[in-house]
Amino acid sequence: MTMSGIASPPPRHRRRKQSGWRGLLYIAPAMALVGVFFILPVLFTIWMSLHKWPLLGKPAWIGFGNYVRIVSDARFLTALGFTAHYTIIVTIAIFAVAFPLAIFVEKQRPLVSAYRTIIFLPVVVGLASASLLWVWLANVDSGLFAPRMQRLGLTSSRINLLADFDTAFLTIIVMVVWKIAGFTMIILLTGLQAIPAELTEAARIDGARRWQRFRYLTLPLMRRTMALALILSVTGSILAFDQFYIMTSGGPQNRMISVVYYIFNQSFVSFNLGYGAALSIALLAILVAISIFQLWLLKVGDERP
Amino acid sequence: MKTRREIRARKALRDRIAYHGIGIGTAFFFLAPFMIGFLASFRPSSESGWPPLPPWPLSGISFDAYRILDGFGSGVWQHTMNSLVVSLGTVVLTVAVSVLAGYGFSRYRFPFKNALFVLIIATLMIPFQSILTPLFIILARLGLNNSLFGLMLVYVTLQLPFSVFMMRNAFDAVPKEIEEAARIDGARDLKLLVRVLLPLVMPGVATVSIFAFLNAWNEFLAALVLLSSNENYTLPVLMMAVRAGRLGAINWGAVQAGVAVMVVPCLIVFLLLQRYYMRGLMAGAVK
Repeated sequence: MTMSGIASPPPRHRRRKQSGWRGLLYIAPAMALVGVFFILPVLFTIWMSLHKWPLLGKPAWIGFGNYVRIVSDARFLTALGFTAHYTIIVTIAIFAVAFPLAIFVEKQRPLVSAYRTIIFLPVVVGLASASLLWVWLANVDSGLFAPRMQRLGLTSSRINLLADFDTAFLTIIVMVVWKIAGFTMIILLTGLQAIPAELTEAARIDGARRWQRFRYLTLPLMRRTMALALILSVTGSILAFDQFYIMTSGGPQNRMISVVYYIFNQSFVSFNLGYGAALSIALLAILVAISIFQLWLLKVGDERP
Repeated sequence: MKTRREIRARKALRDRIAYHGIGIGTAFFFLAPFMIGFLASFRPSSESGWPPLPPWPLSGISFDAYRILDGFGSGVWQHTMNSLVVSLGTVVLTVAVSVLAGYGFSRYRFPFKNALFVLIIATLMIPFQSILTPLFIILARLGLNNSLFGLMLVYVTLQLPFSVFMMRNAFDAVPKEIEEAARIDGARDLKLLVRVLLPLVMPGVATVSIFAFLNAWNEFLAALVLLSSNENYTLPVLMMAVRAGRLGAINWGAVQAGVAVMVVPCLIVFLLLQRYYMRGLMAGAVK
């Protein structure tokens, strides 16, 4: 097998690829879709953000008026603050659950693949379905948690988990961890399995304890994978919408309005389309900045030996 | 000697019991919400307001919850069909478009090839949540507002970065000799692609399909914004009406039944095609 591979020159040197425009024909449908439903809308969003754009009636050019408004929009800044708070807490919670799970299911043992599959199941259902399921479980009268806690004597009466900010927030965090931890677990698992077993074995023989092996061997070698899992968790959390819309409708005293939720309200409830577009551009700028920072993080990971 | 071996065996046994104890506990935490919701959906209406302690029906299995769910919107069949049409349509179009594009990117050379490929992948950086308003307006201009087909086209576009990437890699992995042999036998262009190459990239097609199906089936925000008339609602949007309840009273039985209708197809598709799903996930993670 190897011999014949060496004997015949690699096919890519033969330059048998057709050149010219025919290839463009094959990618034309994809480019048309991306053009019409992605690039055009992005440009259009920028254009709209420079207008006062009501649902009916003529849009009026107002230059950077919408952007000026963003900076002094207290409710948007609150939404931004809440989203940042949520992103940090949920990311820490997901990692705190997913990392031990990844280590738990790393070695091939009986039943391990069943555990992996079951832990992963919530990932494949929709966030909307998961939110609906949990809003029922968290319901004060017909749900699971409040009556269960009362019956166990933990609380004297049935407490309404979704009526108070802290408990509602906690419920949503638990729901999201239940929904997402399996995904992060699998990503981290690929990183764990990529660490050569000889390395861990050598460290063990050199007398490194379990914690030392984890701290000085596993963690540094997992840097790239952890950066990737972090990226996916952070960007996903910043775009959170379904859980707040479905589970708490913005939460007690409207304290659970995320950025996407706020843009949704501005654009499709109040129909300030121009302002909504400006907010979208702001969100986009934040995400691109985070993406660039994350790519830098990945690169830093590469440079380490 | 014997005692030491015994001690070791006992320790191994204790470790195994501890391991599987934790395993079963964890599995229970991840599985329980599904099981409780699914069991509770078969309780008669007289029980549906009770806490799920226990979750299973006490006085015989009943389909009351599903009957009540059917009373919302245009009936649960209609909305399930809407969701199915959009999801399967998204699968078919995504596969067609990404197979063509993957083949083009893998086998042809043309101007701006790399730039265009990067452009498709780069759309991943931009969340579709931020371009919903213009999408809404563009679809209206195209006469596709409030249309399942319009929603489908949006979903296909969202699937393209991942799908084109997957399919290009799939075609890259097919040896060029196969193509050359087929070409000598007289197969050309589309015929060559469909008859000779397509069977070879089927695993890639399966991966692309399962992701397209699950994402389209589960998507909520775009459907909420882009569909405006009741009879076109997909299941997640219909469930908003169920969640809001009637006259201030929420029928939790209908919520459980709706969740079951939305969740069960996902779980079945995943369990049947798990291998291809994980392949896609790994490809994404390694990239």
